[in-house]
Amino acid sequence: MASEPLLRVEDLRLHYRSGNGVVRALDGVSFDIRRNEALVVLGESGCGKSTLAKALMRLLPRNVQHFSGNLLVDGVETMGFSEERFRREVRWVRISMVMQAAMNALNPVIRVGEQVAEPLRVHRGWSARQARERTAEVFGLVGISADFLQRYPFELSGGMRQRAVLAMALVTEPDLVIMDEPTSALDVLTQASIMNALKRIKQELGTSFILITHDVSTSSEIAERVALMYAGQLVEFADAKDFFGEPAHPYSKLLMASVPRLHQEETPVHIPGQPPNLLNPPEGCRFAERCPSRFDRCDRDPETFRIGNRRTVRCWLHAAGSRA
Amino acid sequence: MRPLLDGLRRMGRYPSALVGLAIIFALVGTAVFTVVTIPYGQALELWRGGDVWRMHPVNARPAWVDRIAGSNLPRTIVVSSDDAVIEEEPFVGGNRLRIPLEFDFDYDGFPSELNLFLTSSHTEREPFVRLTWETPDGRELNLGGRRPAREERVSISQDWELERRLGRVPHVGLFAAEPEGDGPPEVIGGRYRLVVDAITFEADARVDADLVVYGRVHGLAGTDHQRRDLMVALLWGIPVALAFGLLAAVGTTVTTLVIAAAGVWYGGWVDAVIQRLTEVNIILPMLPILVMVGTLYSTSIWVMLGVVIALGIFSAGIKMYRAMLLPIRESPYIEAAKAYGAGNARIILRYMIPRILPVLIPTFVTLIPTFVFLEASLALLGLGDPVLPTWGKVMNDAQTQSALYHGFYYWVLSPAALLMLTGLGFAMLGFALDRIFNPRLRTM
Repeated sequence: MASEPLLRVEDLRLHYRSGNGVVRALDGVSFDIRRNEALVVLGESGCGKSTLAKALMRLLPRNVQHFSGNLLVDGVETMGFSEERFRREVRWVRISMVMQAAMNALNPVIRVGEQVAEPLRVHRGWSARQARERTAEVFGLVGISADFLQRYPFELSGGMRQRAVLAMALVTEPDLVIMDEPTSALDVLTQASIMNALKRIKQELGTSFILITHDVSTSSEIAERVALMYAGQLVEFADAKDFFGEPAHPYSKLLMASVPRLHQEETPVHIPGQPPNLLNPPEGCRFAERCPSRFDRCDRDPETFRIGNRRTVRCWLHAAGSRA
Repeated sequence: MRPLLDGLRRMGRYPSALVGLAIIFALVGTAVFTVVTIPYGQALELWRGGDVWRMHPVNARPAWVDRIAGSNLPRTIVVSSDDAVIEEEPFVGGNRLRIPLEFDFDYDGFPSELNLFLTSSHTEREPFVRLTWETPDGRELNLGGRRPAREERVSISQDWELERRLGRVPHVGLFAAEPEGDGPPEVIGGRYRLVVDAITFEADARVDADLVVYGRVHGLAGTDHQRRDLMVALLWGIPVALAFGLLAAVGTTVTTLVIAAAGVWYGGWVDAVIQRLTEVNIILPMLPILVMVGTLYSTSIWVMLGVVIALGIFSAGIKMYRAMLLPIRESPYIEAAKAYGAGNARIILRYMIPRILPVLIPTFVTLIPTFVFLEASLALLGLGDPVLPTWGKVMNDAQTQSALYHGFYYWVLSPAALLMLTGLGFAMLGFALDRIFNPRLRTM
């Protein structure tokens, strides 16, 4: 823990206006990621995973009402950066991103090769010719033949498109790639081969990855660290081994129990109730209503406690741990 | 860009696209040919009119009309003394010249006019010239004598004295048989001769003569009231119309598109301002504004073009483009582009606009003739460029000269036909392109 983490996020908050009031999509999220580390952000739909991804890239919705916190890249605070400086110095230079619905993230009227080269042209001012070689190289890295450079997105299969979008994220050699639901729309075989490609890339380039997903089993393939989100907050943040082996937060436990396993007699557990409305989150612990271990302290908002090495839990049950 | 090329390749399957393209290529080819053979300066010079056209008949119809009608109306005959066998008899202090100007006249109608152009090279004393007209049937008519200046135009047709003598206008009377009763005059075919007897009073002075027997048909397009060959205007009308139409269409479409895209992308007050400007501009009537500019400021075609484009920037197209661009703004690849750091201009120009281009191309193509028509309408209203020969100008002249009343249909029909041809070419191409680029229309 001597060196500064690649990215440290402290108390990130993002609220936006909707027709009915203020939606508190991110409400105090803190975590960090080191170099060459794969972090999986887990959570149910609507818990703020994608908002987190976009907030890290500072791709704010037009109706943003409140955006605060600290975002340190290599120890440098970037929240104060102007939009232009953030665009030039952070996006795709330090952190790049694979959008959700990545298959649609390719412009249908531009050739794949040209499009993957776009970040090079935008950030490094390379000519199309210069960029072509590098693009072919990255295509090889993600496992697409260079023949596909000349194709249009509609001529590629879903898996190919996903790889092309990944190539676009890697083309400028960023330190961190955020992937929002990278495999959700793909079949299992393609999922597996993309996961393998990610592992290989991580090994070869030393890139860090943040994988945002609700797919516990696929993400366990690559995860080294796991962050579990619930209702706009981070409830548990731990090494993958600890998290999958011995989940600490009651929500983590229930979530792990709900994952179906092969050759298992017992039916997967489901968690009764539903996540609270982020328009008007309840006082106290946001999971309290569905929590089997609820007790009277849960009426107060739980603090985040440090238990063990690099592990935090936002639950009163772990109040024995030091305050993070 | 590939969809565009694909679309163009698919045009082969649409006959209307090919016909439209053929028309457009023919027009463009003719326009290039015109600009090369009749340079701009020369065209303006010709269209200004005057002495260049003195050998041309007034209001002659196109020669092919005559051929189609099966008649044999006279063409213009020019007889020059350079080609005549001149008898010369020098005497002390002068020279006696006999210039026979002979020509064959084998037409069914009378000429429209008869002029003799005399050129004398005297320095002080004018020569004396006497004219004798000899008909094929052996009659000789004395057309009188005169003392010409250095450049003299003898309007035989307007010789009132001769007209009185013949009982008819000279260019009819001189070619007609002796009148018998009250019937209409009859042409006598054969060899006519105008003998110019000149006496010069300076030893080395010469007299040259050009006899012009003006026809009733001329060239492919006929002539107007100022003897100008309409071909000049019909030909020069092509590049002017195409250039005006194309520049106006490009100017309005491109600016409108970029402004609409910028409004959509930036949103907020930028969008609001653009929308309000558009709404105000839509209700401004274009033609009266153009008439005002033309009347009060300038009728130069470039000023008009500028005003047309300026008024076209915030046109109703903005509303349409905005509707098309709004969903594109929200599409994932635009967000992705923003994420990887593409700047605003790049997103607008490289991602948003190319997305709707295929839909716009047909509209753009059909927009060209509307501007061609607008230019013609302005010219017809008398607001055409004062120096430039255009189709609208021809029709404007035809209208002020009551061409249809006088039966000069060609004067109105030929520019109108060219206008329609232009419209037809672009419309056929545009409609075919519409089917190609908007495939949903194909099945409906």
